[in-house]
This record gives sequence, C-alpha cells and structure tokens, in this order.
Amino acid sequence: MELNFTGTDLCAVGGTRSAAEANYDVVVVGAGPSGIAAALEAKQAGASVLLVDENPVSGALMGNDVPLYFGGRMTAATQHSERMLEAVFMSMPALEEAMEAGVELLLGTCAWGVYRNGPGVQSLPERVVGLADAERSWLVGFGRIVLATGARDLALAFPGWNQPGVMGAGALQMLLTRYDAFAGRRILILGSHDLALETALIAVEHGLEVAGLVEVRAAPQGSADLVARLGAAGIAIHCSAVIVSAKGGIDGVEAATLTTGEIIACDTICVAVGLVPSIELVDAMHGPRELDGKRGGYVPRGEEYVSAVGDCAGLADSGFDHVEYRMDWVRALASVCAPDTIICQCEDVTRADLIGVQPPNYLTRPPAMCARSLETLLEDGPANPDQIKRLTRAGMGVCQGRRCRDQVAMLLAIEAGQPFGTIPLASHRAPVRPLPMKILADWNEPAEMEAAWDVWFGIPTQWVPVQDIGTPYEDEHRGMLYTGMYE
Amino acid sequence: MSGSEVVIVGGGVTGLSAGWWLARSGVKVTVLDKFIVGWEASGRNGGGASHYSSPLFDEEQRLWPQMDDLLGYPTEHQKERILIAMTERQWEQYRFVAERHRRLDHPVEVLDVKQVQDAVPLAGDNCFGGVHYKFGGHANPQRSVQAYAWALQDLGGTIIQHNPVTGFETAGGKVTAVKTASATYGCDAVVVAAGPQIPHLMAQLGVTIPLASARAEMIVTEPAPMMPLGGVDGHKLYGRQTLRGNLAYGGGPHEWIDVDETGPAARPSTPLARNLARRLAELLPKAAHLNVIRSWAGVIENSPDGRPIIDRLTSPDNVVVASMSGVGFGLSPASGHAIRDLVIDEACSFADISILGLSRFAGLEADWREQRGWMPIA
Ligand SMILES: Cc1cc2nc3c(=O)[nH]c(=O)nc-3n(C[C@H](O)[C@H](O)[C@H](O)COP(=O)(O)OP(=O)(O)OC[C@H]3O[C@@H](n4cnc5c(N)ncnc54)[C@H](O)[C@@H]3O)c2cc1C
Repeated sequence: MELNFTGTDLCAVGGTRSAAEANYDVVVVGAGPSGIAAALEAKQAGASVLLVDENPVSGALMGNDVPLYFGGRMTAATQHSERMLEAVFMSMPALEEAMEAGVELLLGTCAWGVYRNGPGVQSLPERVVGLADAERSWLVGFGRIVLATGARDLALAFPGWNQPGVMGAGALQMLLTRYDAFAGRRILILGSHDLALETALIAVEHGLEVAGLVEVRAAPQGSADLVARLGAAGIAIHCSAVIVSAKGGIDGVEAATLTTGEIIACDTICVAVGLVPSIELVDAMHGPRELDGKRGGYVPRGEEYVSAVGDCAGLADSGFDHVEYRMDWVRALASVCAPDTIICQCEDVTRADLIGVQPPNYLTRPPAMCARSLETLLEDGPANPDQIKRLTRAGMGVCQGRRCRDQVAMLLAIEAGQPFGTIPLASHRAPVRPLPMKILADWNEPAEMEAAWDVWFGIPTQWVPVQDIGTPYEDEHRGMLYTGMYE
Repeated sequence: MSGSEVVIVGGGVTGLSAGWWLARSGVKVTVLDKFIVGWEASGRNGGGASHYSSPLFDEEQRLWPQMDDLLGYPTEHQKERILIAMTERQWEQYRFVAERHRRLDHPVEVLDVKQVQDAVPLAGDNCFGGVHYKFGGHANPQRSVQAYAWALQDLGGTIIQHNPVTGFETAGGKVTAVKTASATYGCDAVVVAAGPQIPHLMAQLGVTIPLASARAEMIVTEPAPMMPLGGVDGHKLYGRQTLRGNLAYGGGPHEWIDVDETGPAARPSTPLARNLARRLAELLPKAAHLNVIRSWAGVIENSPDGRPIIDRLTSPDNVVVASMSGVGFGLSPASGHAIRDLVIDEACSFADISILGLSRFAGLEADWREQRGWMPIA
C-alpha cells in the first residue's frame, strides 16, 4: 500500500476544540465571604468578573454527600430549588452588593475543571474553566481564576457510620444557618476544637439538643471561652473517649456507644473533627500544593493566573495542628473498628479489605490473592492511595472519594508506620463534581471535532489484519475506515 | 538459559508479562520501574483485547480466558464485544469489518436495532444496528498489571519500583549491566519495555527506534445496571462496562507530545471529556442520566505504521525491545510470550512476528513524524 502523507494528522486535536462561550478577566469560584470580597476587589479594579457558586446544590447531590457530608439529614425543603436559591441570597447579603457593583453572578453553577496549557498539553486555545448548572455544561475563558471554594467536611469511619444521621459539621452548619433544613433533633458531636464547639453552640441556638461532645484527647481542645459557654449551656464534653459504634434503625442513627461504656441517645452524630480545604480543582489540574497541618491539610501554593483565597487557601492558623489532631482520632477509631467496618461507603470497602488490599466482593479471591496485603505491597515501595484505590476500589465511587480519601491516606500512614505527609493523597480528577453524562456532554461541538474523531489514532496500517497485508483487502480496508493523514 | 538473569526495563503490562513468562521458564528476572507498576499507559487504558490485526491475535485470544488461573489473581477478563453503529457511515464501516471477520473465520453476528436493544439494555432505538464479535474481550487494566506483577513475584522474580534506569554497561557486543541512579544490575539479557522512553534508552545503545508519543483520554461514570455483555462500544468509542457497572470509555482526537528521557511530565485530561460524554450519551441513551465521575489521560508511543515493535537486536545481541503502539494491553499475554521466546530461543515459537521487526523501518525517512503530522503543537 502506497501512502501519501499530507503532513497533517486530521485525527489529532489541534483546532478542533469548543471555544469558551464567554470570557472574563477574572472568574471567582465560590461565593462565600472571601470569594465575594475577591470578586468585588477585582471589579473595583476595572476587571470583568464572573462569580460562580454551586449552591444551592441539588437534592440528589446532597444525597451523595457532595460537596459536604450531609449524612442524609436534610429535610424535604432541600428539594425545592427556588426556596433554596432564595435562602442562599438571604444568607449572603453581600451577593446583592457584588451584583450591584457589576459582578456577574451564577448560583447553582459548579466549576468542575480548570484547564490550561502546560506539561503534557499544548492544545488548549485558551485557559478555561468548565461550568455546569442543572441544565448543561459550558466553558468560560479567564485571565485569572480565584479559587474560593472553602473547606469541606472530614469524614471518619467507625462501626455504624454508614447510615443516615452521621454527618459533617460543615454540612450541619449549612443546613441550620443557611437553609433551615436540618432533619435531626438531638446531636452528639465528635471533637472539641473550635469547629465542634461552635457547631454545638449553633445547634443550641437553633433549638436543638446537644447530647454531648466526645474528645479523643484528655482535655477539650478549643478556646477556653467557647468551652466555658458550652459548660454554661450544660453540655458535657466526654474526654479521653471515642465512639465505639452507632446503633440505628430504619431512619438511621438512634444511639452512640462510647469507649467509656456510656450509651448516648441521639439521632445525629456530627463529625466535627476537622475541615479540609476544598482543593479538588487544584488537584485535578495538577496544581502545586503543600501540606500545612496548621492550615487544615493540603493547601494550594498558587500559580500564575490561579490563586486561592479564604478557607480554600488554608484555615486560619491558630497554632493548632489539625493534621496531628485528626491522626489521633483516626488512630483511636482504628483501634475500635472491627475488620468489617466499612471505610469506603460507595464501594463497600471494609477496613480489612483496604488493609488487606483485597478486591471487591464480586471477584473471587484465590489463595494467592488472599495471601496479599498492604504488608506485602509495602515490600515493593511506599504506600500510594491511588494504587490501593485501583486494587480495592476505595475512593472510586460516586462521592468521588470525599468521604474516604483523607481517612484512607491516614489509615495507610498509620499502618505503614509513616507520618501522614509521606503518603500522597489519592488524586482528584475532573469533573470534580459528579455530572450526568448528558449535562457534561458538549451538544454544540464544532464540526471539526466530529471530522477529527476516530476511535483510536486513525493510523491506516494499524488495524489491517496481518493476513491482508499486500492483498487488495488492504486498500479496501483503508478506503473504508480511514481519512486521517493520508491521500 | 535457565538460571540466567534477565533485567527488564519497564513495569508496564509488556515488561511484566515478559517477566512472568521468563520466570515461568525458570529465568531469574528483575523488573525495574521508574515509579509504580502500571502507572503509565498500562494502568490508564480501555482494557480492550480484540486485536485481530496482529500476528499475536490467536495467542491473545487463546490466553486471555486462562489468565486468571495462570496468574492466580483476578484480571476481570470478560469475553466478546458488541459494536453499535450510530450513523449510517458507521453502520457501513462496521458491517464491512464484520464481513472481513467472516472471511477470516472470526465468529461475528450482525444485529438489527431490536437485537441490539435486547443484547444491550442501555442502548436505544437511535442506532442503526450492531455487530457482535463472538471473540475478543476486555479486562481490568489496573488489576491485570498487578496480577502480572504478583504472579511474577510468586515465581521468584523481583520488582524494584521507584528506580529509573539511566543507562547500560556493555562489553563484547552485549549489555552486561543495567544502571540506575542507585545501583547496577548485572544481566545476561535485557528487555526494554519502557513505553515512550524506549527511544531515549535505545539511543544509548546506538539504536534508533522510531516512535512518537501522544496523549489520549478517557472518562468513567458511576455504576450502571449490569448489562449481559460488558464489552459494548461503537460510535467511534472504545470502552467497557466494568464488573462493578461503571462505564469507562475513550476515543477521539489525541495530542502529539514530546517525552524526554524522564518520561511523561504529566498526563492531564482536557475538556475532551465533554465530547466523550456526548458520544457515550448517544451510544447508551438509557445511561445518559448517570454521573461522569472521573476523566484521565495516558501517554502512548506509536511506531510509524502503528504496529508494535518486538524484536531482538543484532548488536548488542542480548537485548529485546518491545513497544506496543497503543495496542499493548490486550496483546500483553501474547507479547510477553513472544518476548520470552526471543530472549530464550531467539525466535517466536507460535507466530511469524517478522512484521513487528525493526528491519521494516530500514528505509524510513528522517522526517517521518513531520510527514505524518505527528508533531507536538508548537
Ligand atoms: C487512554 C488509553 C487507552 C488505551 N486503550 C487500549 C485498549 O483498549 N487496548 C489495548 O490493548 N491497549 C490500549 N492502550 C494502549 C496500552 O495501554 C499500551 O499499549 C500498553 O499499556 C503498553 O504497555 P507497556 O508496558 O509496553 O508500556 P507502558 O505502560 O508505557 O509501561 C512502560 C513502563 O516503563 C517504565 N519506564 C519507562 N522508562 C523507564 C526507565 N528509564 N527506567 C525504569 N522504568 C521505566 C514506566 O514507568 C512504565 O511503567 C490504551 C492506552 C491509553 C493511554
């Protein structure tokens, strides 16, 4: 077969991509106080500014604990998108101000990926952020992007945590203060640092019962002033204790048992051990980040055109080492977790299977497989959560690892006898929010994309059956299947 | 050659399968990888194993159904494949390929729309028809990589990760040792299965291997209801439903990139995820509401004709080079066997693989990449 190359590979990506639908000098992701402030500042400096926030998120996403750990304790009110939208406005008066100043605002709109040229990719015509609302997805070009995505809940596994009623402090505060849509009555709170103490006080303010706080360390961890206010409210802090199990019924949690033997009736167990900066977008774009225990974990270092503000850039540094604190919790909980305690809820991965590096239940486990474990894997090199995720499926589910990513890294560090920072976190990948295929889909792609589209590389010689080489079938095959780079 | 030592550069499926085959023959093997086994293309691919264009096809087909038993670890191998045509042109193309298979005695069945819907519950009536390959199949790349690695260890082989090979020692027309930053590994023979880094490594031995690298992307959804047959693709997509139910699919434009001697600098995915999502929503409309939860990319090296290179060098004469040109996952049980044969017996015992030899590039023009437009975007 004589091939006449044209010097152009029509099946390569150059020039085929969808253009951004709009362009802004500055795009701010996250309309909390720091995002609004960043948007206003940019606007006042004369920039065109788009401010997006995923809230209110759909009830379906909340049900998957995205982006916060809602633990199924939302009321039906969260299903009414208009009411939710109104609630966001009511809770954030500064949004009005931003709009009046000329900031363009899109609520109910998530940013699911940030893309720019760099190592491994030079084909992007411009820097873009992928956005999506309930209807569709699209791309927006930006000069600079400010990530103000806040912080998300750190979830912790203990026997019985995989039932409705176990939730995060961030989610609880949001349901109470913003949406008035919390479905519980009596809350047990895990942790006693400021996050836990503040959550308890907010709950009391909202007329809920706080059944107590549980603290793994010997004394309350938060500021003395908050501890005193809790004392005044008659709320007990159970120190040197962790939860052993949560018992429940059809509606989820009904009681918690502590290591002290106490059984505490409650319908909600709020994990308030820590918040983690929401760096999904940074991770998915392979942006630089560093571990800073005093700022809540991994924080973005920022790069040209990309910066982080607010909690996304790191929690306020009060000298308290959040990572060490979490590690104390995970270590203590690990000692009470039975082997069959679920660690990854989406994929039903138990602690034993995680540490045993065993495959999911739908696969057989021949003897050689059963003989493998984290210990044998560590003989090959340091633990890597992405490798363990590939084998056990922990973190592979629809919550995109939000519930278990941090714990898995902590558990692996503990099992490997290594400090937390030596174990990488499992990667985040775009779309950093679960997006229905039909919404992520580009229904308006340029015709060039379809013209360039081949199932693989469009190399005419690649799929010609070896028996056909040198026969008339060869040309017939090429004529039927290829356009690519040949005439 | 029993009792001798073979060092394998690269712990992707090709190097690991070769190591496993060699270990089965009693050879002492050491696999060196720059990072973790399967971290490059071998752990990022579509898992397809239906390479009828290859001289290794029969061996690929013979081995896959046995691999779980042979390795002792699950690979999630599943048999067969259905391609669904979503345009008139695809319908014409897929039937052409079906006809070709018939003439080659590969069992195929052409399906009408109703038959497609019966066989593929997630398909709609928006298709033109389908072709059922009653051969071929797919497996879980990540699990398979690790299965090879563990099986190789079970046979006494060694895998050393986080240890990039930097060069070779040669004497008397042979490679006598493989060097990394921290150690030197003496050897009787070497297998170079280092993917996109092959040209850099081989240049050190004075051998030119024509390869160009490109990045390709995939997406995956949350689990869908299990279909009776997971190997469903078409609509110019490749992919599979995993045994967990997730739909993992790729296809579409690639991007040519330069890879230096340290390997791919990054493997970023791009908004191409949207174009993939669109086609998958069209292919399996009853799954269009399911969430896409990840996208990723991998780097593939291609030879000028898109076929693998599996050959033993004439000088130094104890080196086998293996580059799989984007079809290496499915072929891995067979490519490892062929490499084992070349290392031990100097010839492949089960197929004529001369078409995979280096001599086919003897007259290759220096500007072969430019001619094909296989150049990175400036
Ligand atoms: C998105 C995508 C989809 C694909 N779909 C399919 C499919 O459906 N079916 C199919 O058959 N194929 C598919 N492929 C192709 C397939 O993945 C590859 O052909 C195959 O994995 C190649 O395996 P390998 O072991 O030869 O190379 P690689 O997987 O690239 O492995 C090479 C290894 O060598 C190591 N290495 C490199 N240099 C050095 C050094 N100097 N020292 C030490 N170690 C080194 C690397 O770390 C790497 O682990 C796909 C590829 C991609 C990216």
